[in-house]
Amino acid sequence: MSEKQPILKIRDLDISFKTDGGNVKAVRGVDLDLHRGETIAIVGESGSGKSVTTKAVMGILAGNGTINNGTIEYTYADLSPERITEVQEKYDGVIPEGYLKPEELKTVDIVKSTPKFIQSEIRGRRIAMVFQDPMTSLDPTMTIGKQVMEAMRFHYNTPKKEAWKRAVRLLELVGITDAEKRMKNYPHQLSGGMRQRVVIAIALSCDPEVLICDEPTTALDVTIQAKILELIKEIQKKKDLSVIYITHDLGVVAKVADYVNVMYAGRIIETGTVNEIFYDPRHPYTWGLLASMPDVDSSDDELYTIPGTPPNMLHEPKGDAFAPRNRFALKIDEKLAPPMFQLTPTHKVASWLAAPEAPKVDMPEDLKKRIDRMKKEADINV
Amino acid sequence: MDKSTIKYILKRLAISVVTLLVIVLVLFLLMKMMPGTPFNDEKLTETQKAAIYAAYGLDKPVLEQFWIYICNMLKGDFGISYAIQRNMSVSALVGPRIGVSFGLGIGAVIIGTIFGILLGIVAALNRNTFWDTFATVLSVIGVSIPSFVFCLLLLILLGVQWPVLPVLYNSSNPLQSSIIPMVALSMGVIANVARFTRSEMIEVMGSEYIQLAEAKGISRRHLIFHHAIRNCLIPVITVLGPIIVGLMTGSMVIEKICAIPGLGSLLVKAIEVRDYNVILAVSFLYSVLYIVVMLIVDVAYGIIDPRIRLGKDEA
Repeated sequence: MSEKQPILKIRDLDISFKTDGGNVKAVRGVDLDLHRGETIAIVGESGSGKSVTTKAVMGILAGNGTINNGTIEYTYADLSPERITEVQEKYDGVIPEGYLKPEELKTVDIVKSTPKFIQSEIRGRRIAMVFQDPMTSLDPTMTIGKQVMEAMRFHYNTPKKEAWKRAVRLLELVGITDAEKRMKNYPHQLSGGMRQRVVIAIALSCDPEVLICDEPTTALDVTIQAKILELIKEIQKKKDLSVIYITHDLGVVAKVADYVNVMYAGRIIETGTVNEIFYDPRHPYTWGLLASMPDVDSSDDELYTIPGTPPNMLHEPKGDAFAPRNRFALKIDEKLAPPMFQLTPTHKVASWLAAPEAPKVDMPEDLKKRIDRMKKEADINV
Repeated sequence: MDKSTIKYILKRLAISVVTLLVIVLVLFLLMKMMPGTPFNDEKLTETQKAAIYAAYGLDKPVLEQFWIYICNMLKGDFGISYAIQRNMSVSALVGPRIGVSFGLGIGAVIIGTIFGILLGIVAALNRNTFWDTFATVLSVIGVSIPSFVFCLLLLILLGVQWPVLPVLYNSSNPLQSSIIPMVALSMGVIANVARFTRSEMIEVMGSEYIQLAEAKGISRRHLIFHHAIRNCLIPVITVLGPIIVGLMTGSMVIEKICAIPGLGSLLVKAIEVRDYNVILAVSFLYSVLYIVVMLIVDVAYGIIDPRIRLGKDEA
């Protein structure tokens, strides 16, 4: 990663939810960096804390959630209205390199900001989100056009006519044909893939710098999945966006991400570039994830599953949270949670197996073969 | 309105005509089975009674009477009153009372709907707080206590203890004397609408499109007014129909208590003295009202909800 100040810098984030059964520790000390133009993926099972982390960034945690500790530093361009118009007109919303004066860069800690500030300055305006299920995430009683125009009308007071034009352009950008006509449509008149394009258009409506995609393709047909991913990638390039993908689909990760963060039980347990995670995984949980990915060439008829279930976060596990499901677990795993071991400047893993004193454990043979196959395929594709 | 909506309304109207005919027939038969007659005067001799019957055509077979009644009705003639105002035409008797009753009913529906919706929304947005509990308790009270009990309570408090409002209806001051019965009638509406609005609102606020709208960074006020309320009110319209109809029966007793010269009290009195034509006319009016209200609710639902409105030309 570069030395520059990241757009988003999360340190030691700790979030818990009050429930009738007690406090649920959803996120336990997460560190995350997002740089401009990069794509990072957060991978993990349901309940691993990946969505909660991004919801904290957006300031839309559920009412019973609290951030106990940590910082979410967000660095953004704090421009005067004239400069904003300049960027929008001259550069189509993309701030070119070297355009900003140093005093126009501002860093805020989202954790310490007021809800009002997050709502009016950050959420939807600078950090936008694409939701999982397009069938339920659009207001059924409001026209598409109104929903796309809403955020810009609210944040920038864009005049109606101009907002209309911008919305049509956005719909065209996300690949909706007949955009002018579609503006007057209601969500139920559009197909799932179309609706997801609209959701993306809504997210892009205020020229955000960061786009959070929460499982953007899970609810879509496989044929449309690839198209939507392509679309997000294309727009990312055009608009110089930084993207966070939240997903459990490693296939998606391989296609889009620069960096991968594997989350388990509220913690990031392995982080690295996409090549490091896919070709040189070190954490037994990452091995499990990779092995359980369906693969055309797998000789077995049965799909691999990681044994056991994720821990109940109502009771914070002692030692390594993954130890009970880990057949490579060491004795120390039961007593002490492993720290992050730095393997390369970008590759870090939280597993005692990476400790210098640990016995040498190699990944399972099957997975090794599989990774070799993946490498070959990648070579062919290149 | 597009073609299919008009076709739908016409179809519904045709069914309504048949329904009304059946209603009138059933009423007719029921009344003939009722013991007693409109002419319960002990001084009348049997021959005198027979003469009166013949004069009013009540000696003919029931079905023939029914046929004559229907024919007259189509000409706009609802017959004459036998007992309440002898020989006065029913139209003249009922006509002026329609406004009084409907004014009362519409007033109660408006008050009830506005306060019910407000209460429901406030309760849903402040879930598990004092306001929520307050609204729930109020709803349970409103649903379970009949409106005439409220009416009596209000009369005791505001009519007798602190006499700020008239106890009995005063036709020279209809507005002031309508307040107590109107408020009493609206209690049930408030309770029902509030309960329904609350549960709808809670569901809507938990939906994904509200989350997406929230993620746009719009203010909470904008979120509630532009996204939440509209979506939660659409289903509320469906319960308004039955509620309005329920009001009609409630108003009968209340009109009697407060001596309001409305349809309800007229109907009760007409039944007491077996004034056949009046019973028929008022019941017929109630039936028409019921059918019209239900039709309006169904059509309004289609107009407000785009999924239903446009559903047809998509398919």
